[in-house]
Amino acid sequence: MTDFVHPGLLFILGALPIPFLKGSVRKAYVLLIPTLAILAVLTMHPGSYGVARFIGQEIIVAEVDKLSILFATVFSIMALIGMVYALHLTHAGQHIAAFVYVGSALGVVFAGDYLTLFLFWEGMTFASAYLVFAQRSGQAFRAGFRYLMVHITGSVALLGGIVLHGFGTGSLLIAPIEGGLGFATCLILAGFLLNAAVPPLNAWLTDAYPEATVTGAVFMSAFTTKTAVYVLARAFPGTDLLVWLGTVMALYGVIYAVLENDCRRLLAYHIVSQVGYMVAGIGIGTEMAVNGAVSHAFAHILYKALLFMGAGAVIHVTGRRKLTELGGLYRTMPVTLALYMIGAFAISAFPFFSGFVTKSMVVAAAAQDHRALVVLALTMASSGTFLHTGLKLPYYMFFGTDQGLEAREPPRNMLVAMGMAAVLCIAIGVFPHTLYALLPHPVDFEPYTGVHVTESLGVLMFTALGFVIFLRALDPENTISIDTDWFYRMGARQFMWLAEKPLARYEKAVSDVSETAALPFLHGMARAGLRIDLHGVDAFVNGVARSILRGGLALRRLQSGVVTHYALAMVAGVIAAIAIFAVAWR
Amino acid sequence: MIKLVVDFFGDERHAKTRRRLFYLVLVLIVIADFLVFRARAEYLWERLPGWSAFYGFGSCVLLIFVSKFLGHQCGLMRREDYYD
Repeated sequence: MTDFVHPGLLFILGALPIPFLKGSVRKAYVLLIPTLAILAVLTMHPGSYGVARFIGQEIIVAEVDKLSILFATVFSIMALIGMVYALHLTHAGQHIAAFVYVGSALGVVFAGDYLTLFLFWEGMTFASAYLVFAQRSGQAFRAGFRYLMVHITGSVALLGGIVLHGFGTGSLLIAPIEGGLGFATCLILAGFLLNAAVPPLNAWLTDAYPEATVTGAVFMSAFTTKTAVYVLARAFPGTDLLVWLGTVMALYGVIYAVLENDCRRLLAYHIVSQVGYMVAGIGIGTEMAVNGAVSHAFAHILYKALLFMGAGAVIHVTGRRKLTELGGLYRTMPVTLALYMIGAFAISAFPFFSGFVTKSMVVAAAAQDHRALVVLALTMASSGTFLHTGLKLPYYMFFGTDQGLEAREPPRNMLVAMGMAAVLCIAIGVFPHTLYALLPHPVDFEPYTGVHVTESLGVLMFTALGFVIFLRALDPENTISIDTDWFYRMGARQFMWLAEKPLARYEKAVSDVSETAALPFLHGMARAGLRIDLHGVDAFVNGVARSILRGGLALRRLQSGVVTHYALAMVAGVIAAIAIFAVAWR
Repeated sequence: MIKLVVDFFGDERHAKTRRRLFYLVLVLIVIADFLVFRARAEYLWERLPGWSAFYGFGSCVLLIFVSKFLGHQCGLMRREDYYD
C-alpha cells in the first residue's frame, strides 16, 4: 500500500485512455478519476513525497500540509462537478484538456519547489487555452491566442525570477519570501499576480473566459486564479503591497461589471473582484486573514462555478450571451434560475450561504488589523457584488423584458452538477466549522453573531433598494468596455501598422534603390570585369603561352645531334663569356 | 415548489405583494440593527445602528453612477466593433 498517490498525476495520466473510450464507458471513466482523486486527497498524510535532486537542487514533487490539502480537496471536488457538467460532450478533446488542466493545477498545489511548480504552471496554461480554442469561432481563436501570449509572457517573467532567486538564495524550495522584494522576487510576484488577474494584469481573464466553451469556462473560473492565490499564500503572506492591490481589485471588478453586457464577462469581472478579497487577505498576512483568504478561495471556486454553470446553461439553451438579447427565461428555466440564485446568494455573502462565513473573515481580519479604508472598500465591493451577480444579471437574464426566446431546462447532467455545487454552497454556509477545521491556522471567528447578520443584511437589502430605484440606469447597453487589454490589442495593431506601412515602405525604397542604381552598377562592373578578363588577362596569358611555344620550337632546331655543332656552340659560348667578362667586369 | 417561488418573483400580478414584502424586510432589518447586541466596536460607524443600511444604499448608488460616468464620459464603453 503506497502512502501517497499524487492526484495531479492521476488526472494527467488518466487523460491518456479517454480518446479510446466511447459512450457510457467514457462517461463512467471521466467521473471515476475525479472520485479517485477526492479519495486520494482525503486519505493523504502531511509530509514530503517525491524528494529528489535535479541540476544540483532539491526537488519536492509533493509537499503535503493543511494548506495544500485544503486546495487539493476543493480542486478535486470541483473537477468532479465540472466533469458532471460536461458529461454530455461527445468529443474527447475538452475532457482531455480539462483533465490535464486540473492535474496541472493539483501539481502546482503540491509542488514543494519552484521548478516543479513551473512545469505544472505551464501545463495549466496550455491545457486551459485549449478550452478557449475548442469554441472554434474566430473570436475564440483570437482571444485564445491573446490568452496564450499573455500567459507565456508571465511565465517567462516567472522563470526568470525563479532562476535569479535560485542563484541568489541557493535553494529553489518554496517558502515565504524574506528580506523584502528584490528583482528576482518581483519577477516571481509579477508571474503570480498575472495569473491572479490583479489589475493591470487582469484583462486576459475577462477577455478569454467568456469566449471559452460553455463547459470549459466552468473549469477556467475555478483553477487558474485560485492556484495563483494559493502560491501567493505560500510565498508572499504579509506583503503590504498585496493589501492595496487586492482592495483596488475588489472595486475594479465591480465597477467594470456595471458596464458589462456579456453575461459571462460580467461574471468574469466578479472573479477579479472576489480574488481581490483573497489577495488582500494574504497581504494582511495575519492568521485570521490568511484563513479568510484561503477559505474564501474554497467557497469561491464552488459558487463561481455554479454561476458560470447557470450562465452557461442559458447560453447552451438559447445560444445568446448578451443581456440585451436575453430576458423572460424564468418561465422556462425555473430550476436553472433557482440554482443560479443559490450561487448569487453565496457570492453576495447572504447568511447561511458560503460567502457569508468566508468573505467576512477577510473583512474582520482587516478590521482587526486596523485598516479602516480596506474594510470600507471591501464592504462596498460586497454591495457591488450583490448588485450585479444577484440582481442585475438574473434580472436581465431571467426576468426583465420577455424576448420570447424558446428555451427549456438544460440537459440533466448540467442541472445535477449545478445542484452539487449549490448543496455545497449552502452546506458551507450552514456548517462553517467543517470548513474551518480544514484551514491552515486555528480559527477564532464566529460568523453568526446578531450584529454581523443584521449588518450584512442591511448592506445587501439596501443595495437591492438602490437597484430597484435606479433600475433604468443599469439597463445593459450594446457596448464593450476598454480594459488593459487595449494596450496589447491596439499595441499589436500599431506594431502591425508599423510593419506594414513605414517598415514595408522603407524596405520597398531600399529594394527600389538597389534595383535602379545598385544593380545596374553591379552589372556594368561585372561586364567590365568580363571584358578585362577576356581581352586583357586572357590575351596576356595567351601571348606569353604562344611566345613560350615559339621559343621552344626555335630551341628545338638548335638540338641537331651533331657533336661538332655542340662543340662550336660551346667555344662560341666561352668566347662570349670571356668577352663579357673582359668588357663588363673591367 | 421552485416554480411557485420563481413565479412569485417574475409574474406581474404579484408585484404589489412583492413590493410590500420587500419594504417590510427593509424595515425589519433596520429595527433589528437597533436591537442587536454590539459587543465591541472598532470604528465609530460600527456603533451606529442603521449604518450598514445607509452604507449599502450609498455604495450601490455610488457604484452605479461612478461606473456609468467612467463608461460614458471617460470613454471606457465603446461600440462592439471597436476592435474589428
